[in-house]
This record gives sequence, C-alpha cells and structure tokens, in this order.
Amino acid sequence: MAEKTIRLKRTGLYASGATPVNMIQAIFYNEDMLVYDLEDSVPASEKDAARLLVYRMLKEHRPEGKYICIRVNGIYSEELEQDLEAAVRANPDCIRIPKVEYAREVQAISRRIAQIEEAVGLEVGKIELICNIESYMGVLNAQEIAMADPRVVALSVAAEDLTASLKAQRTKAGLEVFYARNAVLLACRAAGVDALDIVFSDINDEEGLRADTALAKNLGFDGKTVVHPRQIDVVNSYFTPSMKEIKYALRVLKAVEDGKAAGKGAVTLDGGMIDKPMELRARTTLAQAAAAGINVERMVI
Amino acid sequence: MINAVGREIPEKIGDYVVRPYTGAYDGAPSTTPVHSLRCAGKTTSDTQKLTYSLEDAIRRAGLTDGMTISFHHSFREGDKIIGQVLLAIRALGIKDLKFAPSAVVNIKNPSIVDFVKDGTITSIEASGIRGELGDAVLEGLMDQPVILRPHGSRPRAIEAGELKIDVAFIGASAADEYGNATGQIGPNACGALGYSFIDATSAAKVVVVTDYLVDYPCVPASISQQYVDVVCKVDEIGDPEKIGKGATRMTKNPRDLMIAQRSADVMAASRRFKDGFGFQTGAGAISIACTNYLAKHMEEKGIKASFALGGMTASIVEMYHKGLVRVLECSQCFDSVAARAIVENANIVEIDNAVYSNAHTKGAMLDKLTFGILAALEVDTDFNVNILTGSSGEMMGGLGGGPDVSAGADISIVCLPIVRGRTPSVTKRVFTCCTPGETVAAVVTEAGIALNPRHRHYEELKEDLTKAGMKLVTIEYLQKMAESLTGVPQPIETTDRVVCVVEYRDGSVIDVIREIKK
Repeated sequence: MAEKTIRLKRTGLYASGATPVNMIQAIFYNEDMLVYDLEDSVPASEKDAARLLVYRMLKEHRPEGKYICIRVNGIYSEELEQDLEAAVRANPDCIRIPKVEYAREVQAISRRIAQIEEAVGLEVGKIELICNIESYMGVLNAQEIAMADPRVVALSVAAEDLTASLKAQRTKAGLEVFYARNAVLLACRAAGVDALDIVFSDINDEEGLRADTALAKNLGFDGKTVVHPRQIDVVNSYFTPSMKEIKYALRVLKAVEDGKAAGKGAVTLDGGMIDKPMELRARTTLAQAAAAGINVERMVI
Repeated sequence: MINAVGREIPEKIGDYVVRPYTGAYDGAPSTTPVHSLRCAGKTTSDTQKLTYSLEDAIRRAGLTDGMTISFHHSFREGDKIIGQVLLAIRALGIKDLKFAPSAVVNIKNPSIVDFVKDGTITSIEASGIRGELGDAVLEGLMDQPVILRPHGSRPRAIEAGELKIDVAFIGASAADEYGNATGQIGPNACGALGYSFIDATSAAKVVVVTDYLVDYPCVPASISQQYVDVVCKVDEIGDPEKIGKGATRMTKNPRDLMIAQRSADVMAASRRFKDGFGFQTGAGAISIACTNYLAKHMEEKGIKASFALGGMTASIVEMYHKGLVRVLECSQCFDSVAARAIVENANIVEIDNAVYSNAHTKGAMLDKLTFGILAALEVDTDFNVNILTGSSGEMMGGLGGGPDVSAGADISIVCLPIVRGRTPSVTKRVFTCCTPGETVAAVVTEAGIALNPRHRHYEELKEDLTKAGMKLVTIEYLQKMAESLTGVPQPIETTDRVVCVVEYRDGSVIDVIREIKK
C-alpha cells in the first residue's frame, strides 16, 4: 500500500463531467480539491460522454496543485464498473464514492480498483478513496467505513440525501443534521482520516456561509464541500489555522523529530503520547498555513 | 503597406485617405484652426424654434441629399429617436446620407440596415456598429467602408475637418421650447450628454428632439439654446427600461469576479495607489465588480481618489457617497443612479467627451488617469487588443474609449477570461487590432496576470506586484493555456474588400476589417 501524503481538502468543488466549460473554469479557482463528477450532475443519456471527457481532462489538462477526485456513480449502479475502468485509468488522486453505507462496499470497490491498477500498470493502492455519507445507515456505520480500507482518506457528510433518509426537514441552521455531522467527525477522528463537512446551499448568503463554516471549523472538520466557486475563498479563510494551532503543530513535529534522533520508540509532548494521526494532523495544519501564505519556517515556538 | 502594429492595410480605400498608424503617441494634430460648420444666428423674441413634426424639423434644418447627420448614443438600446428621425427622412425622400452617430447601438425596430438598403444611408462613421448593422456591414452591406473611431477621435476628426456634420439630432430627456436641453431630468433621463457637445458646437444645424418639454428656461441645461436651431417635441424618445433602470448590477459569475478582484489587487499593489489617484473602470460586468473591489482596498488602506472618469455607474456613485472619490467626471451614465447623481451632487459633473478623451486638444482628462480598466474580446501576445470583432467574425462591440484610456492612463489593465465558450481570448494575433499593445500595462485573467515588457511602466509594476507576492505569468503562457483548452480555431476567412476602417485616436489607420466570406 502506498504511503499517505498530506493533501489539503479545505474546499471541495464539484465540476460536472457533462459541462466542459465548468470543468475548464474549475481549474482556475482556489479550491484544494476538485471533484469531476460522473454521478448526480450527469444526465443518464450523457454518462458515457462525461466519462470520456473527464478521462481526457485528467490526461491532457490535469490542473497542478489541486487534489483531483472523480466521483463515480453509486455502488449498485450499472454505471459503476465503466466509471471505475475510466476513472482508474485517468489516475486521479482519489475516487469519491457516493452513498456509502457499509465497510464491505468500500472494500469491494477498493479490490476492483486494485485489479484495474494492476492491469494498467499503476502502483496498486495509490488511488485514495473518499466516502460520501448520505444516509442514516452510513452515519451509523461511519466508523467501520472510515476504517474499512487503507485507501480511505476522508469521509464527507452530504446533507440533502441524508435529511431525506432521516425523514427530516432541511433547514438553513442545520440542527437536523447536527448529530450526523458529529457522528461522522468522531468516526474520522477514530480512524485518523479527514472529515469533510456538508455544503451550505444558499450561495447568496455569505453571512450564513461564514457562520456555518465557523461552526464546521470549531467542531473539528478539515474542510467543506462548496456548491459554488464564490464560496471557495470564504471557506478557505476559515480553515486557515490560528497561530496557536500552527505553533502546537510545530511543537508536535519537533517532538517527533527529537524522538527519532534520540532513537525513542514512543514520543510524548506535554505528558501525552504523540501517535501517527496526531503527527499527520500537525503536518496538515502546517500545510494549511502554507496554503494561506503563512511562513512558518522561522516561527518561534 | 504594413503599419506599426504589423497590420496590412491598403494605401488607398476608395476616397478615404489612409494615414498608417506609426505609434501610440506619434500622431501630430492639425495645425490649422479647428473646423466647424456652425454659423452665426439671428433670433428675436418672436423666434419660434418649436415644432411637433420631425419632418418639419428636418425641413427647417435644411437637410438634403448627400448630407451628414449625427446622433448621440446616450439612450443606448432604449433609443427611439434615431429610428423616428430616419423614418421621417425616408418619408421626405432624402437619400445618400452619411450617418455619423457617436456609436450605433443595436436598434432593431426599425433596423438601420433597412435604411442602408433603400439608399437613405450610404456611409457610416461611428465608434461602433453593434448588432444587426455590424454583422451586415461585415458581410458587405455597404459600398463605402464604415469608419470606426474611438471616442476621443470623433471630436478630433470633427475639429480636423475630417467629419463635417450638417445636421445634429440631439435627443434630450427634457428641453424647453428655445433649445436648452438636458439628459438629466424627465422620464427618459440618461444623465450626461457628453457626446453631443461637439455636435452642438460644430454642426451646421442642430435639432433637439425631446418628449418632455419643460418651462423656459430648462435647468440644468447641457446643450445651450445658443446652438439650437429647432426643437422637436415627439411622443416618445426612449424606453427607460433599456436606457438603464436602477443600478447596474454586479455580476455573480465567479470567473468574472475572480478577474475583477485580481485587477483591483493589481491597482492596490501599485505604488501609484495613493491619495489623489484617478481611475476609470467602465461599465462591463468585470469592470463594475472591479470598482467594488477597488473600493474595498481604498477603505482598508484609507486611500482617497481625486477623480473617477468616463462612463459612470451606481458603484462609482456609491464610492463618491462614501467619500472615497472627490469628483466624478461623467461623459455618460450607465444607469439611472448615475444619471440622477449629476443633478443631486455638486462634485458629480457632466463633461464634454472631447475634454474626456480627445488627444488633440490642450488637455484630455484621461491623460490624468492613474488606472484604467479595459474590457476586451481578444488580446494577443503583442498585447494588442480587439474590442470589435468576435471569434466567428461577428461585430461584438464598439471601440468606445478603450484605445484612449489605454494610452492616457499610467497603468492600463485589460481584463478578460482566457477562453469564452469554445474559443480562446488570448491569441497569437487578434482578428482586429483596436488598441496597440504598447499602451497596455497588464492583462489580467483567471489563469494569471501578464505584464507587458514593452509598457513604459513595466519595471515599476513588475517590482510592485512581485513585492506584493502576486504571481506573474507571461502572455505566451496565457495564450498557450487558452489554446490548449480549446484548440486553435480555424482562421476567419475574408475577401480583400475593406468593409471597416479602424482608426486610432490620432486618426491614423490601426487596422481594417475585411468582408467576411460567407
């Protein structure tokens, strides 16, 4: 299995495989994660064309400096096999699976990806997975999903289908999905993977977006899916770490380095053990700071 | 022959005398006294200028076959004067006219094309011929090539005797029976009438056309009674919805917003962004957004501008009310907020288009601009700008004041997306060169900012933007990026016949447009 790398996911923007203009424009915005979509935004009659367009886009115009995903069609969809065949060959950073409910679903897809990777000569295990949690069952099984496979790097909560599954009413305040957001977040923390928050749907309500993003950041999420490019800069700004967070991350990494130099197996900081997820989070914090233009090199900790 | 921007132009185009473009600042003004057809008048207290018939007005102005008529474009696509006047001219059987408005907006009912086809109009001179007429001209409608001039060049051409206006029809949203006229009040208020001043003072005869007669004297008066021969009251001069109702809205297109923000960032990073600067941002979608981002920078840094120039919008008026700009110099108003603002605020003033932009006077205001924001259809790797013709050979815009602003402003910034739909906007060679690259300081796109090494302030701007941490790319990078996304379009095929002459602000020929092959 390939080594995990730190890739920022403060903002995830979808670009429909059925809309070439949006696919082109999405290159130029400041989102960390660009998700080329083969699922909901693509009409059934255009699935094959979208698959080809996304494949060509990645092969010929893959944007630099972004975490590139392809969202395939659902696990039980007739489209999935062809989606995986095309998506793996396009060699994205990640494949995003919609409506995940059980660990076995993730494992089955991971195995299929491995077969295709092997068949086309790609490094097996390199393509990562993000699982979209969009139902009550997905929420209940979030921890097993997050731990289902080494490829899984994040879980993302999606509120629209989730509220339907809960028989809840979708509101701007979002209390109806508050538990689900936290449940998925806890699962991600337990598994040491990133937690990606729900979209804020009203693109004309910047104040609402700010409040919702502040909540997501305070809850502990690593990023948020956006519904419109106009939301990107606002969301990115909230996921820029504070000076306190940056300094703590620097201390964690210094302790890890000192521990390595001293040949210690276990490293502690302020009396607590530093485990691998903590180290990864510290590195992520510094990557977020760097993305926001903060120079941490000479920072006094 | 090949001119200084590498364009192949004929040495002679019919009767038109070709002076090739030699450089942005080379053209010398005429040394003879300025030309005008205006004659002294004689009126008494009994003089009646008012008529309720356009045909009568035309007769009284002495319009005959072969003369030149003019209009302003301040009512934009809501203009109902041009159509009515041309119908009246046709009814009188007058033919073979030169149609010389400040710009031709897209008037559909009646269509200008029909007046060309029936011989009422046989030649056209304007800053742009947008819409149906433009497309028809490119396809060979006219026997005579259309002469296109930027805003500053129209008063220059009039004063140089190159354009002689026999009868100026000046639409006014309010006027009195003796000819004092304005665009600032009345149901069809359009604001400044800056493009009509030169017509009022230079035409042989002046006809004011209004649908809103006010008691004498009309105040404010943009056009003075001393220049006016006839006042014609008609039922309706325009459609307020199309003239510009409310405030011009800010775009929500994220790509345009990104370009606008970057453009404002470029201005704010310049060392010239300091108290007392002057700017022109214009009325395009990106321009208005850019105005708002500029205002934010000014508020954050506590910087105040001395003036904003040219076409005004509600966004700039808002900056005025916030105390961010001391004076607004309006040659035209793009929305009703801006139109009303001239009446209500002492330091929001209407100016003559010649004061705004004529390079051959003793001082054009745009020479004092620090920053100019310019829209474009295409820009090429020599930084030449096309603001006239679209990717399929259709007439998409007018020259407007773009070439003037670019030459006048210290830092001129062209804003455009690198691709529009399926065609690249940054190319190796623009289809029509309207603004010479040497006057363009920067091109700002969603894919990056390119500075022009040939611009007079290149080193300074490069230093300022680099210091501000802004990532710069080359124009070639943008061109390659654009063409990699869209492919290279097939060139537009043309015949050898010249259908439009594109003049630069000094009257030299910067390019020609040839007939598009069908």
